[in-house]
Amino acid sequence: MAVAFDEMNIPGGDLRPAYQELARWLKETPPEALEYRRQEAELLFRRIGITFAVYGDSESTERLIPFDVIPRIMSGKEWARLEKGLKQRVRALNMFLRDIYHGRDILRADIVPDDLIFQNPVFRPEMNGQQVPHDVYVHIAGIDIVRVDAEDFIVLEDNARTPSGVSYMLENREIMMRLFPDLFARHRVAPVERYPDELLAALRSVAPQSASGEPTVALLTPGVYNSAYYEHSFLADKLGIELVEGRDLIVKNNEVFMRTTEGLKRVDVIYRRVDDDFLDPLTFRPDSVLGVPGLMSAYAAGNITLANAVGTGIADDKAIYSYMPDIVKFYLGEEPILKNVPTWRCREPKDLAYVLDNLSELVVKEVHGSGGYGMLIGPAATKATIEAFRDKLKREPEGFIAQPTLALSTCPTCTASGLAPRHVDLRPFVLTGSKSTTIVPGGLTRVALKEGSLVVNSSQGGGTKDTWILDE
Amino acid sequence: MLSRTAENLYWLARYVERAEYLARTIDATLRVTALPAAYIGKTNEWDSALLTAGVAASFYQAYEEANEHNVVEYLSFSQNNPSSIRNCIEAARLNSRSVRTALTSEMWDTINSAWIELQAVWSKGTSTREDLAKFLRFVQETSLRFDGSAYRTMLRNDAYWFSRMGVHLERADNTARILDVKYHVLLPEEEHVGGPLDFYQWSSILRSVSALTAYHWVYRETLKPWLIADLLILNDTLPRSLASCYGNLVRNLDQIGVAYGRQGPAQRHARGIRNRLEHSNMNDIFQHGVHEFIQEFIADNSRLGEIITKQYLI
Repeated sequence: MAVAFDEMNIPGGDLRPAYQELARWLKETPPEALEYRRQEAELLFRRIGITFAVYGDSESTERLIPFDVIPRIMSGKEWARLEKGLKQRVRALNMFLRDIYHGRDILRADIVPDDLIFQNPVFRPEMNGQQVPHDVYVHIAGIDIVRVDAEDFIVLEDNARTPSGVSYMLENREIMMRLFPDLFARHRVAPVERYPDELLAALRSVAPQSASGEPTVALLTPGVYNSAYYEHSFLADKLGIELVEGRDLIVKNNEVFMRTTEGLKRVDVIYRRVDDDFLDPLTFRPDSVLGVPGLMSAYAAGNITLANAVGTGIADDKAIYSYMPDIVKFYLGEEPILKNVPTWRCREPKDLAYVLDNLSELVVKEVHGSGGYGMLIGPAATKATIEAFRDKLKREPEGFIAQPTLALSTCPTCTASGLAPRHVDLRPFVLTGSKSTTIVPGGLTRVALKEGSLVVNSSQGGGTKDTWILDE
Repeated sequence: MLSRTAENLYWLARYVERAEYLARTIDATLRVTALPAAYIGKTNEWDSALLTAGVAASFYQAYEEANEHNVVEYLSFSQNNPSSIRNCIEAARLNSRSVRTALTSEMWDTINSAWIELQAVWSKGTSTREDLAKFLRFVQETSLRFDGSAYRTMLRNDAYWFSRMGVHLERADNTARILDVKYHVLLPEEEHVGGPLDFYQWSSILRSVSALTAYHWVYRETLKPWLIADLLILNDTLPRSLASCYGNLVRNLDQIGVAYGRQGPAQRHARGIRNRLEHSNMNDIFQHGVHEFIQEFIADNSRLGEIITKQYLI
């Protein structure tokens, strides 16, 4: 594995320009002061109740995501390029979804194999021919980005279903501004606080035609026991919209209503944080108590907008991921600005053979997995784990893809033994409304707190950092 | 607002109020049982505590004897008692989480920090009297803080009124239950067989609704049972009296009625109860029978809860 790109230090001893002021500040600040602020931050998080649940962990059902007080900094120029690439990528994702559920030009052009779509459990035949307002399918995208050198941004994963984490982006900034006002005074950090406004504007812009002039938007949550519940209530609060559960909604004459103390009130747009499978027990899983019976027929009748649309999973599926550069070229006729990680599709015998021969150097992922579960990190795995994975791969090769182990870039991070480099990624949030695509500068930086670890997922010991884009 | 949100706010307030009431009841019972037997007679005060909390039946399924240890355990910490202080606090926190968007940050902070703090008490328990007293005080203070932050920070809209209705309905129920259990010591002198022993019973009743000092200010008299009954039932200057609770319930329901532009059975039912309290005097009540009066009130009060639920919360 190559040496990781250090986002602060240039080999040879110089600092990258974006980090110069931070480095000066760090030198002036005694380590105890940092430690004190770190504890203060943790206390704030706990009091505000910014917690997440870990499934299958009965001991402590509410945990804090560790927060690292050292910001991750990017120059405005770097951001501008990343932003352009993100907009391009999300435009392509939306066009791809529109095509898959309508004309299917891309399949006829033999760019993506048919069976990857039609045999994919996240493909939703219910969406065939269904019109969605302004052809927007992915209103909110979380694109996971990693860096391996000063030049390139690489997309690790597209999240086009119900990406989470944006509340951490916003709260991390709040807490940093509270704890380090002097540090902010020495930088020109682009603000992130308009995200809720932009999200609300995007959601209202895609209201169905039958909606009134002031469309009613609601956020649909699976409820208090969901791991991202804090985020749901946080966003509903910031957007000033009702936080509803399935039982609060009812479908009558193909319109969706919420039960209020003054009777039924029509809902026009649902920002749903419930997976497709659970949305409507009449269409999808009949055992789901989280959804709303009849929601899909109201959707088909065009009386409700769901954000994100149903069936977007087909665009962020790991098996489709490897085709993304071709997808961008096909719809936009442009070279993709963001790179993909080279990916071996284990469904193809040649690729599978290569993967089996090189397991100890590769990262192998389940096509339908998420959250860092069910993943093999070859260089860090024991022989036994590798052999177990080999068996799984041989049994069901189409369920996996493999990628080289990326040396994710590193940022200085507080550790038990002082500041030390730790690997990071970045999830910017891309909003698409009827007229425009916008991105609040920055995103959620996740950091692998264990030395050498490359797994940044919060369910597996990852933490977060505030992400600064310098306004130059 | 969402019916579920209103329901959560209403129950959140009830749980907090109930936790405080339980803490007061335990506190008052500890005091009275600390007296030498000659002062309180033969009644089992721990048994009355269970009765006023309305959980005697379920208690005796789990325990044989109503003594300090068992009753404190059951009323404070038991997870099997749905209205133990512990379960009230847990339910209040869960409700708060599900209606966070309707709470002010001060209210959320009160419940959440109390909940965090009490986790240690749940796991360690209270081994000494001092620990127990500290715990009971903490619960009462939490309720005061919650009430205070609601009063000082909430918008005066339906969210506030539903939450206040929870407080007053629960409070009326609690005061009525004490009266129900203790009515025999409040009977007028001529019918009454207790004698000076009852002084401590009386002060204990007042203490559990935090009205001991208020009594002296209102009546400027030594403790007299019919005055105590008058204070707790009819005196609308005492916040925990039935009359005061119903004055507030009628007001809150009217405010909701105005905001929503229509009245319903809840408004009518509440007004009915309030009018009856307004037009009663203690003589009539004693004539009619205190016990019957209270029993009727408890039934009417819980009926109002059902009507509110049907009209607004589901």
